[in-house]
Amino acid sequence: MKVEFDEPKCVAAGQCAMVAPDVFDQRDDDGVAILLDPTPPEDQHDSVREAAAVCPAAAIRLTTP
Amino acid sequence: MSDTPYYPMTRQATCPFAPAAAIRDAEPVSKVRIWDGSTPWLVTRHADQRDLLNDPRLSIDEKKPGYPHMTKARAAIAPHIPELITNTDPPEHTRLRRTVNAPFMVKRVEALRPQIQRVIDGLIDDMLAGPHPVDLVQAIGLPVPTLVITEILGVPYADHAFFQAASRRAISHDTDPDDDAPSGQALGEYLGELLTQKIAAPADDVLSEMGARVTAGEMTFAEAVTMGSAILIAGHETSASMISLGTLALLRSPEQLELLRTRSDDPKFVANAAEELLRYLTIVHSGIRRIAVEDIELHDTVIRAGDGVIFELAGANYDPAAFPDPERLDLTRPARSHHAFGYGAHQCLGQSLARVELQVVYSTLYRRIPTLALAVPFEEVEFAMEGVAYGLKSLPVTW
Ligand code: HEM
Ligand code: HEM
Ligand code: SF4
Repeated sequence: MKVEFDEPKCVAAGQCAMVAPDVFDQRDDDGVAILLDPTPPEDQHDSVREAAAVCPAAAIRLTTP
Repeated sequence: MSDTPYYPMTRQATCPFAPAAAIRDAEPVSKVRIWDGSTPWLVTRHADQRDLLNDPRLSIDEKKPGYPHMTKARAAIAPHIPELITNTDPPEHTRLRRTVNAPFMVKRVEALRPQIQRVIDGLIDDMLAGPHPVDLVQAIGLPVPTLVITEILGVPYADHAFFQAASRRAISHDTDPDDDAPSGQALGEYLGELLTQKIAAPADDVLSEMGARVTAGEMTFAEAVTMGSAILIAGHETSASMISLGTLALLRSPEQLELLRTRSDDPKFVANAAEELLRYLTIVHSGIRRIAVEDIELHDTVIRAGDGVIFELAGANYDPAAFPDPERLDLTRPARSHHAFGYGAHQCLGQSLARVELQVVYSTLYRRIPTLALAVPFEEVEFAMEGVAYGLKSLPVTW
């Protein structure tokens, strides 16, 4: 799985950091998401899919090679 | 078009809380008539709301002619409101929202959890020490958001009583509309003075943080004060309603309440239970509103540029395609993709804070008071249906 993050769209609601904290964090000064791991391990895939589904700004895209 | 249904719709006669059947049976997109006689579109399905609430062909700019205002009063003040997160579109919205977002980030709010737990434990201690029955709205529902927001904004302890009285008046369901301006004004004046103090002597709180942004030229003084009162108002009635209505809904579903009580030390279970209650109750019941700036095709219908569009959140949250058997309160169902906080760029700024408040209340109140029960018949519970969110006027409980 490959994760793409479209930063300009991010409204910093932090849903991704809540459901997939090993893959997403939030910048301290404005809360904008930080993609920690663009190719997360297998055991993270479910939470990453959930993060993409709940992201209100549709800023997270997943591709499977 | 005299048969265009009026919006907001009246709820079922059988159940005062279930979303109106007319919403659940409505076409995915149809016309409704609102207070000013205009006929915006009503969009009811979960998937359509997700697509459209991120669509740049829709705008939240309430100054545009044809915007479907919530009330006459909101329409009257719209032209006088400065640019805020609540009335701007990306990219301006994105810029503004990033200036106020930091205090509401997940990790900042999580760090407040012990403080929020202490607030709630203290309120329950007081409640147990006093006589019963008590009104849960006054004992827990309203004080939780007030105390939490007081701490977050950084209101000094000496001013707590004044601040709580002023905010209670500014947000109360029972407020006389003619009285509204003075109490809102008192609050604004107070917040302005406090902000000045925080700029001179910053502490570790939200007003100090906004003060630093004012000093740095990232936001104006007036914007900071408006934002301070917006945080107070938007986060108050909503959280209070979720606490008292959630308790009522659980008391009506004793087996779900029992499940929550027995699993209240499982943070994942509790977190999902809060999401399901947010979905089931969908307290924001007058729709979130936008205006089309270009033509949009949707299911053989064309929404024209200039048309108003209302998103009925209960429609999405009771859409069987997203939540099978939606009329059932089921704390174990995956409920996270609900639209109770809206969707898209304007999705609730305070959602992480609201979540922690609700998780702490739902995991503490019923565990500490296992015999909690209604002190009046269900039929006598009084609702507050006016306003952007619905709630309870009072909830007499005993134990
Ligand atoms: C359970 C409690 C809450 C519910 C159900 C709720 C619901 C909502 C909804 C549906 C919206 C979207 C409006 C739109 O798209 O037009 C919204 C926006 C907002 N909420 Fe909440 N809210 C809650 C608690 C809070 C709290 C605790 C705060 C602040 C401390 C807050 C502050 C805001 C703000 C500032 C916005 C505007 C965001 C923007 O336009 O970018 N809310 N809320
Ligand atoms: C938080 C509060 C509540 C919520 C969210 C809620 C929601 C619902 C829902 C979704 C239904 C199913 C409707 C349908 O299938 O069309 C329902 C049914 C019903 N509700 Fe409520 N309800 C609440 C509290 C109450 C209270 C306090 C009363 C009593 C006055 C009540 C009376 C009824 C009745 C009589 C029915 C139909 C029979 C039944 O299924 O029990 N409800 N409610
Ligand atoms: S969920 Fe989406 S909008 Fe929110 S912080 Fe993550 S990427 Fe940004």
